[in-house]
This record gives sequence, structure tokens and C-alpha cells, in this order.
Amino acid sequence: MTQTRRQFVGTGLAVAAAFFGLPQLASAAELEEAIQAFTGGADMGGDGITLIAPEIAENGNTVPIEVDAPGAAAIMLLAAGNPQADVCTFNFGPAAGSHMASTRIRLAGEQEVVAIARMPDGSFKQARQNVRVTIGGCGG
Amino acid sequence: MAENVVPRVRVPRDASAGDSVSVRTLISHPMESGLRRDGDGNPIPRQIINRFTCAFNGEMVVDVEIHPGVSTNPYFQFDAVVNETGSFEFTWYDDDGSVYTETADITVA
Amino acid sequence: MTRKSLLGGVSAAVFAFAAAGVGLADIRTGDSLVINGEIPIVTETEPAAHLEGALSTVYSGWVFRTDETRAMQADDFDNPGMLYVEQGIDAFNTVMGSEGNSCASCHENPESLANVRPSYPQWDAEHGMVQTVEMQVIECQTERMGMEEPYGYDSQQMRNMVALIASVARGQTVDVAIDGPAADAWELGREIYYTAYGQMELSCAHCHEQNYGNLIRADHLSQGQVNGFPTYRLKNANIVSVHNRFRGCIRDTRGEPYGIGSPEFVALELYVASRGNGLTVEGPAVRN
Repeated sequence: MTQTRRQFVGTGLAVAAAFFGLPQLASAAELEEAIQAFTGGADMGGDGITLIAPEIAENGNTVPIEVDAPGAAAIMLLAAGNPQADVCTFNFGPAAGSHMASTRIRLAGEQEVVAIARMPDGSFKQARQNVRVTIGGCGG
Repeated sequence: MAENVVPRVRVPRDASAGDSVSVRTLISHPMESGLRRDGDGNPIPRQIINRFTCAFNGEMVVDVEIHPGVSTNPYFQFDAVVNETGSFEFTWYDDDGSVYTETADITVA
Repeated sequence: MTRKSLLGGVSAAVFAFAAAGVGLADIRTGDSLVINGEIPIVTETEPAAHLEGALSTVYSGWVFRTDETRAMQADDFDNPGMLYVEQGIDAFNTVMGSEGNSCASCHENPESLANVRPSYPQWDAEHGMVQTVEMQVIECQTERMGMEEPYGYDSQQMRNMVALIASVARGQTVDVAIDGPAADAWELGREIYYTAYGQMELSCAHCHEQNYGNLIRADHLSQGQVNGFPTYRLKNANIVSVHNRFRGCIRDTRGEPYGIGSPEFVALELYVASRGNGLTVEGPAVRN
């Protein structure tokens, strides 16, 4: 195997760019901006929120994600390495039976998925998980 | 309007008062991100479901703000607490102004 | 990175396994799939006699996928492919063509077609050739329903209809006939299967017989079974036909593919289907 790590990573980026049709990914600043808009810059705790994502996603087009933050008023999901960091925000109403939600999201390559919960008292909690995205063998 | 947009929902047929029941929803929709280009290099305009809501007997269960990072054929699963017999109302809002709705009844003993 | 180095990277990865042999080390075999808690699926079985030992065990493509992808196929609500089956049901009950018929006019309900998918492609005596399910649909539309423009072989409408016909047969054992009048097509299909195509000089067998379970880049090669087609591919976020997949494979060898619906691909579909005799129909399966 003569392929270098750099070539391999480069191939991954090319695949990610091809799949979103745009090479530009969200900058760290954009991610921070999205978080700032949701939290107002408040400190975030790490307990009381669970983010379940696969360690390795077989395809970045459809990655199953589950978030659970007991008592939360809202949970925002972010994908730090996508062209747009915002993925979706769940606002829970009075008839919610829990503060859990599952969905399927797009990930443009390996990156960190971030979940931030806003609690009714105005505090915030966050969980992060890195997800590797498989580079398909045949046009995958 | 996107073609063949069909919502599907699944809730239990019956439950006991105060139960938390699992609700699953899926809608066929391309969720065109607005970030892709067609074969000629022209940008394909964004067209996504940008909001989804679920209410039970008029009371909000969940209200989801959606961006292009949600996959084609958006899928959501969550829990709702049911205290009486009634009906879930599901609403999906499309970028083009279309609104898709579905209802599901549940009998609470 | 230059285009050349990208291509170099791909071919290096492809040839890295060339001498390796099958590798099931990081594939979890022995798990069972039951769809909706009621349709048992055969995901591992004894090879058919005609394989003459080429495979020690026949594996469904489901075996090679991650837990998340596997789980999506276990429940019809989680399986996005079923969205297209539902569109197929609507079409099944819709009058099309000049004769005023819908599919339901002759076939009553989709379940009445449950014996179709497991035995196709099959010899059609009237037309003197092996027919796929798609060809059968076109035959109905043009010869019995009076449609001047039947569904395109790989159109969304056709894939929806074929997915519906597969879905009602899930759990039934694949059993395509390879002898009698179908033998010539089957022989042609076998020849194509073992022929190296493209600049990379790869045959179906190089990947799917000699190297299933191994990584091709970061993806596990399967045995290339077709019992799960039309398959919902996460990559396409849509259902994909058998011939479309064949075309993709040959394209990736940097070869010139046969046409969708061509006699060569029909023959190859018959041969590949026969390699999965003993598995069960899974369409629409969920794959990456």
C-alpha cells in the first residue's frame, strides 16, 4: 500500500466536497456563532445530556443520532464539520413524554457532533461525540 | 412543490392514561440542501422541510427547527405523554410554502 | 492533490487486497434478521451445487453492514425504502394505458404476486428469452394495458413497482432456474461474472468471490448478492435497481458498462441471482 496518510485524508475531503458539491466547510467561528446564538455565551455543563451517535457511520448521507436531556426545554444539534453547522433544534412542549429525540443527519466527513440542551432555568448542557464517516469503496 | 411528498407516522393504537408513548414520523422529501450543483455547474436551489411540529389534542409535543443537515426523507422519533383519548396532529413545513399534515388517533383507557 | 494521485490512491487500495483472499475477521456473522418481528430472513446459507465450492457460505449483503444500517432494515417504519413501496402501491391501483386497466384489474392485490421475485429472472416461452421483473412489467404495460410509453427500465416508477413486488415476497427463498431454456443466458452471465473489465482489469469475482469481507478503501466488500434489490442505498437516498448497481461496478473498474436492460445485464442478473439461491428476498433492503 503506497498511499500516504495525507493522500488518504485528501481523498476523504474530495469525497466530502463532491457529496455536498461545495468544498467550503463551516469554520470554527461559524460553529461558535451558532452556539452563541443559542446559549448567549453561557457556560455549559456536561452532565445530564446524552448523545448517541455511531463511532463509524457507513455513509455520511444518513447518520442516526439520538439525544436525551431529561427536563430540557430544547436541544440543539450541530455538526461542526458541515458546510452549515446547524442541523436541527428540538423544542419540547408540555405534552412531551420525555426530552429525547432521534433523527438522521448528514455529515460531510469525519467530525464532531454537538448537542446542547437549554434547561428551563436558563442553564445549558452539552455533549460532543466524534463520528468517523466511511469512505465508500465503489463510488460510495 | 416537491413531488411525491408522503408523510408516514406511527403511534400505538391504545395506551393507559399518563403513559409516555413512542412516536415515529417519516416524510418522503429530497431535502435539497441548496449547496449542490447540477450537471452544468448551476446551483440547485434549496428546498427542505424547515419545520416539523407534533401536537396531541392541541397541546405541543415537539416543535423542530430544521436545517439542510437533516437527511433526505426526514425521520423523527420522540415520546409523548397521553392523558386522554385523542388525536396527534403532525405538520411539516416546506420551503416552498407547502404544508403537509397527518393525524393519528390513540385510545386511552 | 492532483487527479493522478487520487487515481493512484484508489488503485493502490484496490490492489492491496489482490492476493489476500476472503476476510471475515471484522464481519460479525451468525446474527439473524427478522423484519417487523415476523418475517425471518435467511442471511447465511449453504451454497448452491452449481457454485462448485466457489463460496463456502452464501451471505446476504446485510451481514457486511454496520449495526445502524442493519437495524434500519429490521422494521418497515425505519426502512426508507418502504416509502417507495407505498408509491408503488398507489401506482398498482391506478388505471394506466388505453385498456382502462390497473395492475389490480388482473392481479387483485400486490400480495398475489408474492411468487414472482423469488423466481426471476426466468425464461419466458412466449417471448423466447429470459425476462427480469422489469421486463415483465413492461410486457404487461405494452401488451395488456395499452401503454404506448411504458415505464423506463430504471425509472423511479419502475423501481417503485419492482420494490413493491419484492416487498410482498420478503422471506421467500430465492430459487431461479438455471437449466433448460435459461441455460444459455445463465452461461453468458457466468462468463461475464468471471471476465475482467476496465482499465483496472477487475471481474465481479475479484471483489465479490475472492475478497468479500475485505476492505475496499474503508468499505467492506459483500458477495454482491442481489436478493435485496431494489435496495435503498444510503448513498443515493433512494432505491437502486440491480442493473444500475451493475453499471456502477463496471464503471468503477474504469470499463464501459453494458446498457441497463441489455441482454448481457439480464444474463448477469440471472447468474448472480442463482449464486444467491437459498437466500431469501429482502427488497427493499438497506445498504450503504
